[in-house]
Amino acid sequence: MEKEKSGFFAKLKNGLNKTRINLLDGLDSVFHGFSEIDDDFYEELEEVLVMADIGVSTTGEIIDEIKTLVKVEHIKKPEDCRDYLINLLSDRLNIEGDQYAFEHEKSIIFVIGVNGVGKTTSIGKLAYNFKQDKKKVLIAAADTFRAAATEQLETWAERVGVPMIGAKEGTDPASVIYDALQSARARDVDILLCDTAGRLHNKKNLMEELKKMNRIIDREFPGINRENLLVLDASTGQNALNQAKEFKEACDITGIILTKMDGTAKGGIAIAIWNELKIPVKYIGVGEGIEDLQKFDSKSFVSAIFED
Amino acid sequence: MAFENLTDKLTKVFKNLRSKGRLTEEDVKIALKEVKLALLEADVNYKVVKNFIKSVEERAVGSEVLEGLNPGQAVVKIVNEELTNVLGSETVELKFEPGQATTVIMLCGLNGAGKTTTAAKLAGQFIKKGKKPLLVALDVYRPAAIKQLQVNGEKQGVDVFSMGDNVSPVEIAKQSLEYAAKNNENVVIFDTAGRLQIDEELMQELINIKKNVTVHKTLLVVDAMIGQDSVNVAKDFNEKVGIDGLILSKMDGDTRGGAALSIKAVTGVPILYVGMGEKLSDLEQFYPDRMANRILGMGDVLTLIDKVMAESEEIDKDKEKDMRDRLKKGKFDFNDYLESMNQMKKMGGLSSMLGLMPNMGISKDDLEGAVDEKQLKQMEAIVLSMTKKERSNPKILNPQRKHRIAKGAGVDIAVVNRFIKQFEQTQKLMKQMPGLMGGKRKGPFGGFGGGFKMPF
Repeated sequence: MEKEKSGFFAKLKNGLNKTRINLLDGLDSVFHGFSEIDDDFYEELEEVLVMADIGVSTTGEIIDEIKTLVKVEHIKKPEDCRDYLINLLSDRLNIEGDQYAFEHEKSIIFVIGVNGVGKTTSIGKLAYNFKQDKKKVLIAAADTFRAAATEQLETWAERVGVPMIGAKEGTDPASVIYDALQSARARDVDILLCDTAGRLHNKKNLMEELKKMNRIIDREFPGINRENLLVLDASTGQNALNQAKEFKEACDITGIILTKMDGTAKGGIAIAIWNELKIPVKYIGVGEGIEDLQKFDSKSFVSAIFED
Repeated sequence: MAFENLTDKLTKVFKNLRSKGRLTEEDVKIALKEVKLALLEADVNYKVVKNFIKSVEERAVGSEVLEGLNPGQAVVKIVNEELTNVLGSETVELKFEPGQATTVIMLCGLNGAGKTTTAAKLAGQFIKKGKKPLLVALDVYRPAAIKQLQVNGEKQGVDVFSMGDNVSPVEIAKQSLEYAAKNNENVVIFDTAGRLQIDEELMQELINIKKNVTVHKTLLVVDAMIGQDSVNVAKDFNEKVGIDGLILSKMDGDTRGGAALSIKAVTGVPILYVGMGEKLSDLEQFYPDRMANRILGMGDVLTLIDKVMAESEEIDKDKEKDMRDRLKKGKFDFNDYLESMNQMKKMGGLSSMLGLMPNMGISKDDLEGAVDEKQLKQMEAIVLSMTKKERSNPKILNPQRKHRIAKGAGVDIAVVNRFIKQFEQTQKLMKQMPGLMGGKRKGPFGGFGGGFKMPF
């Protein structure tokens, strides 16, 4: 990556700044506001974690682990729990192996999620990143439902300078996928990015439609690198767990794009999802600009959140 | 397990505590712990939950447990009432300017909340109310946002005003009012760009719009799936721009929508509409009581309880007692069956009752598949084809009689046989479980007689 790394990192930190300040503020008041480890301390800890959207059950688990550590390690002071907590959190985001191998091979990236999470924008940014890496990129505009979705993606495709396969509103999205696959073959592209319409995960028919598209990709390109990326809005609450579960069941999710991380939401739901479903975050969106999509690195993410 | 319903949870917690006269502090503490978890799982903001629990606790300790309710249900009742209190005790309608005066409505919110879709849906609603709306495209940032509004406007048969994406939103807003006046349009809806509440520049833009044109109602559109951050978002929009009402979008998902409670508690502004689907007609009024139940994961269980209670009052008490006694002894015949079917019909049929049950993740379609009302009608026809003697004494049903009944009901003999067999099994079951329909617990379903345990 010989991109402007410093600019990127500054952006990431900038985007995460609010998160960091809020979480740290809360954490530090917990760690320094109590002289001993008691029920009040744990309750305060619970508040901070739940407020980060980590969810009650994962929060409960983390607090139980802290309690055990306190006993086993004979921890006396609240502030000594701090590092343990950081570890417990980062453990829950850690992924092993190279999660980005697909970027260097021929791959098909299928982008899915509920309405309004930022699928189309994320595709635009991904296309930009791949284009910067000198990849041959093609975009499939398979959101044929929402008004002007194709036009929105077309604008992105033009900005980035990559071709796009689309159809008019109301066309069967599976046929757009099919056309794009044929075109990808003919053009011998490196990466095919497929945008889909936003759908709520409890809509049976729409989930079936998604499965159909997924099947067509498998059928036309058996054995190719497949990335099914679920786009999640960082401000989403516990419902994101349902989203992840249902989308995972429909078509195996290989990773998450966590968008809108430049807001005040902490995105703690990613920790809950990892904890329950072991789905890793692969990218995070930290702004509205074309460069504002970052690879997710759990170490720098956690340290960006926690470092002083 | 995640969405185990609160009433079930509390019933479990209070398994050992029955028929106490008053709620003790201990009862309330135990129950409220579960309530707290339920609210947090529903994404109600932690601080809001804390305050809420405190107020419920004060009210609940020492309060009387109504006859027929167990302590858990008693707490749920109080929680539900308090919740409805916070959410607003009644449905609030959007008020237009009087007569033919133009009402200007501005929609704002985070990116992806659903403003553009909601704008078009609102326009549709206003047409139904006899208004002539104009949609104004003020999102000059997101690619194709204007086009999206134009397409949706066309579908709704509503005029859309835009000046492209090179003119400032303030200027477009100003000119749109002149345009509306010329075209006799009396409701103007501003569709603004999505923005983060911490983006000072874009927040200033909204403030400027309000400074330059008279905006009568500023409505915040919030994704019902939002988590703990809802409070920050609502607070900032309210403090910086000032909001008059709330629209919750994407409520057709399976989110519990705790944000509604958080935002209402923090801003005090009424919730006006909920988005219930992708079709442009899918915008509904907001009902606080329904929302309260949804947040608690109870569906409309309470509505169901009310319905059952209201119905049971109409039923002759003696008859009811008689029926219960008979049930206990397993002396349940086809007359009782007909009676309970009729009761159920009065309450709007089984599907409608099931529809009132917690519907997290279960769609109406699934429900309709699960319970075949047609089949119920068939069974009714079978019973109605019996003589009075046969109904009160099912034992006399011989093959000859069964054939006659099958002919009368217009069904195959096998259907009749299956039905009678099921019926006998239920009779046996009821004999074994007198407590199930027991007289001691005149609980929510007590007055329902056998209606709820019928052999369907």
